[in-house]
Amino acid sequence: MPQEYRFILKNVDQPGYTPDLECYLRHGGYDALKKALALPAKDLPDGKKLTAQEQIREEVKVSGLRGRGGAGFSCGLKWSFVDRKSGKPIYLICNADESEPGTFKDRQIIYKDPHQLLEGMIISCFANDVHLAYIYIRGEMPDGARLLLKALAEARAKNFLGKNILGSGYDLDIYIHRGAGAYICGEETGLIESLEGKRAYPRIKPPYFPAVLGLYMCPTIVNNVETLATVKHIVLMGGAEYAKLGTPNNTGTRIVSVSGHVRKPGYYEVEVGKATLGELIMHPNFGGGLREGRTLKAVIPGGSSAKVFKAGEKFKLKRKGADGQMTAVDVDMLDIPYDFDSLQQAGSMSGSGAIIVLDDTTDIVAALANVSEFYAHESCGQCTPCREGSLWISKALHRLSHGHGRQKDAAYLLSIAQNIQGRTICAFGEACAWPVLSFVNKFRDEFEARGAADEAKSAGAGPTHGMKIAANPEP
Amino acid sequence: MSASPTTPAEAKPAPPPVEKIKVKVDGRDIEVPKTMPDWQGKPQPTTMLQACAAAGLDVPHYCYHPKLPIAGNCRMCLVEFGTPVIGPDRKPVLNPDGSPKIARSVLPYEPGTPRGAIACATPISPGMEIYPSSPATKQMREAVLESLLINHPLDCPICDQAGECKLQEYSVDHGQAASRFVEEKVHKPKQVDLGPRIVLDDERCILCSRCIRFTRDIAGDDALGFVDRGSHSTLTRFPGKSFDNNYTLNTVDICPVGALTSKDFRFQMRVWFLKESKSVCTSCSTGCNIVIGSRENKVYRYEPRENDAVNSSWMCDYGRLHYKWINREDRLTEVASAKYAIISQELAWATALTEITTLLKRAPEKGVAIIASARQTNEELYLLKKLAVKLDAITDCVPHEGPADHLLLRADRNPNSTGARLIGFAGSPLGSNLGKIVEGIRTGTISGLIVFGEDMTKIGISQDWLKKLDLLIVSDILPNETTEIAHYLLPGCAHAEKRGSFVNAKGRVQRFMQNIAPKGNSRPEWEFLHDLVYGVTGQNGFTNMEALFNEMAREVPAFQGLTWAGLGDLGVTVPI
Repeated sequence: MPQEYRFILKNVDQPGYTPDLECYLRHGGYDALKKALALPAKDLPDGKKLTAQEQIREEVKVSGLRGRGGAGFSCGLKWSFVDRKSGKPIYLICNADESEPGTFKDRQIIYKDPHQLLEGMIISCFANDVHLAYIYIRGEMPDGARLLLKALAEARAKNFLGKNILGSGYDLDIYIHRGAGAYICGEETGLIESLEGKRAYPRIKPPYFPAVLGLYMCPTIVNNVETLATVKHIVLMGGAEYAKLGTPNNTGTRIVSVSGHVRKPGYYEVEVGKATLGELIMHPNFGGGLREGRTLKAVIPGGSSAKVFKAGEKFKLKRKGADGQMTAVDVDMLDIPYDFDSLQQAGSMSGSGAIIVLDDTTDIVAALANVSEFYAHESCGQCTPCREGSLWISKALHRLSHGHGRQKDAAYLLSIAQNIQGRTICAFGEACAWPVLSFVNKFRDEFEARGAADEAKSAGAGPTHGMKIAANPEP
Repeated sequence: MSASPTTPAEAKPAPPPVEKIKVKVDGRDIEVPKTMPDWQGKPQPTTMLQACAAAGLDVPHYCYHPKLPIAGNCRMCLVEFGTPVIGPDRKPVLNPDGSPKIARSVLPYEPGTPRGAIACATPISPGMEIYPSSPATKQMREAVLESLLINHPLDCPICDQAGECKLQEYSVDHGQAASRFVEEKVHKPKQVDLGPRIVLDDERCILCSRCIRFTRDIAGDDALGFVDRGSHSTLTRFPGKSFDNNYTLNTVDICPVGALTSKDFRFQMRVWFLKESKSVCTSCSTGCNIVIGSRENKVYRYEPRENDAVNSSWMCDYGRLHYKWINREDRLTEVASAKYAIISQELAWATALTEITTLLKRAPEKGVAIIASARQTNEELYLLKKLAVKLDAITDCVPHEGPADHLLLRADRNPNSTGARLIGFAGSPLGSNLGKIVEGIRTGTISGLIVFGEDMTKIGISQDWLKKLDLLIVSDILPNETTEIAHYLLPGCAHAEKRGSFVNAKGRVQRFMQNIAPKGNSRPEWEFLHDLVYGVTGQNGFTNMEALFNEMAREVPAFQGLTWAGLGDLGVTVPI
């Protein structure tokens, strides 16, 4: 029986739970911070000592925590890349620019439990010797920014922030920076450029890896809201204990945003891999299934840039058999465990944890046209293939969905998208190409039929472009 | 000290050896230094683009410019490459034939597989294989070019860049003849007046950001930027701010397409008609290396020529646009004599030079002064100096100064002050003898004056004083109050009309070539000065410019060891 496992969202939505500090403290708030700051140095068998900071970093590594922003990269590994010997300050940035279409999980934490984010963030900063950190919050969330500002003021007043935090000798301040409404600001190097006051053009890597040359060319950690909030719990319960949640290599819990043609759209926190994609859509504890008389057509499993799954699609997933050997097993799309690795094996991704459900009433051409219009609007315009290709795709899809299609538009779209993915500075190239490649490949018959129908229609109507030549007037 | 490279004591210490890396370019083994200079000259890891260049292969690019910070946005230089596969034992995995196994990028790119990388920003690593000519590289290049062209107006027939346009050139090399683009093009502002010297066509712009980086990082005037997003991205200047620093026209040079055009040059001449020669700017003592472009003996533009010892790849707008005097209608083109018989132009030069020779030979000792412009060449000043020695004449040049700027423009507006000093013609400091000359004329001890390229009325010798002289020989290019009353007027040539050399403020001896024919009956000064010096001194040491320069190099201590041929295109620095 798949069930929600409320862990990050444990208190959120409970009657009487409010986003202020008093309420948070009544629920054990900032205990994890107190614990972290008071951690004694640990003696190692070889006689060396592990500082409190090193211990926390180690616990995060042991926890197996993977980034909740989209790429699912190991948080412990990311922290281990930080150049700690450069002599420059280390910055930490909380990426609160949640803008992947279909995603509405970070804002639950920001709006309803901001101190949980702050506590996780303060601990993460302490663990990484950070003394100045930023929360880059999406411009479209002004209330979130206000709530965070209030929370910061409350935390400062109680000395959870500022100089000599709780008498530990550790100083930290956190600032809020509001974005101005661009999707690309969620890309970590674009975010850094934006924070520096420039256009959010993602940086070339090499050489500008944030862990070495990040904000103001200093070592920088950029973590997602949900990731940072989780750090608090890892400190409280220990990395090994946290790793027992979820499934191996896909540990912990995730907040999944379910939207589209389901009865109960909303956010559901589950242990990673303990519920399947189908359960998250169909089970009464989650999405609650499709509306009356509808059948499933497609599912976008990880935010709008993830490759779409077609209803009935089967995948070969590697599974460990009873004998411990890895074997390939045929799995229906709906039976894929909702975790990082399985969705990747199925050729898509869990991305930002946003499931978008499309039922049989969906015009698949129009759906893709909608997605592509978003990416054409949000392309930063830096790299040629994405800048020109994203709008090209969008215009072609607009044409195809407005009665001026051609049968060959399917091939045309695929070829344009192929020329974008993998050829740009940041992953936006993939984000705008993958929906096109997957929609058109998996629903090719619908795209071609639409184009062919338009061609048949216009063949009878004569030329649609150019000037019509008037017949000679009667003498 | 490069003038006498044979002297061991003056040889520079050898730079420490740079570690080399072995890579393959199109299957060919090459060794390249591990680091190479970046845009500021600092050593940085060598890139794939630099390795390919070392192998003699030019990787097409738009946004990359060796003198600007890397942007990596045009994606034109995407290349397929491979790196040695490292096994779990940290050792290279070998193929059955013993060669190292290479992980190559594959197209179409799938998640997790190696992909192409931009050659301009990707450092090489040992054993790397770069495939700048492979089918995958060509496919990526064609796709980028197609993207750049879909929204381009394709207005080459009316575009000034046609003929020197990278879009055109790469289209020929890597493009397709027909477009498959059937959508409406993006429309953007046309004929945008960016500033007093620049017009922008945003539809032609490929958003490579070279102009933005130049203006911000080289000119130090953060005046340009992009607005809007995606395919609607538009280059513009900051609102309310005119794009008006002294280096704006360099953005026209580095714009790989016809987006930024020079108001001065646009619609004036098709670039393929221009006759181009290597020259040196004469507007200040920096001596920026330039290319003069002309057609039918009319100069149309100056463009900077790369010389890292002098001007990098840039020049200032002030110097660049200071060429129109060459084409002026009122240029002096006839030999003239105000005091003596009117000479027929057929015989003018011979007659005038003979008469002047005779008059100079009769001149009283110390009775002649010579004032020449520090815009005259080394060779001309050297010949004038010879004349001065023979006549025991006092000599000097006239200082010309103006405001300097932070980059290239110097306060000393004479291109050859250093040469005039090294040759011993100018006073020390330059202009310090002028007072004595003026005094000599006023007291009558100086009765003969030879003037090259200066107006005496500007330094305090009025026409009334000049008229009292027994002999006033003037050579100039344009008329002024001194030329009006010269006893002999010898029309000279602009630098574009002759050969010669200058020494810039830092001691760089630089030669320049002739681009157009002398106007009318004018002659290069060194030519007629040779006749004059021969007549007066009896010395005849040379027959052409090479020989003249080499003779000067033997006789002037500062030029010891130099030869005309040895100056090359970029010049040689001498100690000053």
